[in-house]
Amino acid sequence: MTRVFVPLVLIAMVLFASAPLVVANAPVEQTMGLVQKIFYYHVPSAMLLFASAFVCGIASAVYLFRRSAAADRVALAAGELVVLFGLIVLVTGPIWARKAWGVWWEWDARLTSSLLLWMIFVAYLMVRRFGGPGSEKLSAAMALFGMANVPFVYVSVNYWRTLHPKTSVVMTLAPGMRGPFWFCVAAFTILYLLLLTLRKRLEDRQAMVEQLYLAVEE
Amino acid sequence: MKKTVLLLLLLVLLPGALLWAQQPAAPQGEFVPLSSIPQAEQLPAAPLVIAAYAFVWVALLVYVWSLWRRMTKLERELADLQRRVQKQ
Repeated sequence: MTRVFVPLVLIAMVLFASAPLVVANAPVEQTMGLVQKIFYYHVPSAMLLFASAFVCGIASAVYLFRRSAAADRVALAAGELVVLFGLIVLVTGPIWARKAWGVWWEWDARLTSSLLLWMIFVAYLMVRRFGGPGSEKLSAAMALFGMANVPFVYVSVNYWRTLHPKTSVVMTLAPGMRGPFWFCVAAFTILYLLLLTLRKRLEDRQAMVEQLYLAVEE
Repeated sequence: MKKTVLLLLLLVLLPGALLWAQQPAAPQGEFVPLSSIPQAEQLPAAPLVIAAYAFVWVALLVYVWSLWRRMTKLERELADLQRRVQKQ
């Protein structure tokens, strides 16, 4: 793992250091102008928010059906990252909206459902932190509920009338925008994998400490 | 008779037409690149773009720092416990 981890850290550092230059050289969008450049960080964060909700949900399902403690630790790590990337999405989105729509927030389907998704995972972490013994099962069920919410958040822009750009913008990106966008997606994905690994390792250590406490007490 | 039918039809269609007219504009379906930035566009947007990017960097750095802090604390605790177990 360490053999892969160190090169990945280096790659992530290089990608993140060069990302602002890549984004600065991307073409300016016709309707929204310069503020559309927030898209290059906002959308990869949203993609990882969804991916992390799936990782958390699937790991929680494995924990519920197989009683795997390792899966529970992966779920907790991914749940924390849902909250982190969700926060990035929910802050960068309104900054973009202020210029593009003239308002910080609009209670439309995409924004409201994204906020609800984020709140489900905040609740997940709070149950894990303050729920006491047995809260793992309750929080695992919450993670499944959160994961089930993701497809609705994704398609909400296509089924409801909303100010938010449709999902088609990613697939129809102009060639000049496509390169910087996928560059940022790669940078964020590598960073996500690194953070997930580190957070999981933290939980492994925590489990080890708890076992040692039991050994000392005995 | 015809007038009544027309009037009824109008009454049925009018609320629908009004609702349709009140709907917000259709969302953008694709992004079109622009060769040059209009001058008026540049100044107000730049602080927002910088703020958004700065927030992402700060959020990620704070999270990495919090992971490092928690890991350091746990490693210390783990070493201490291992010493105590060895003594027993």
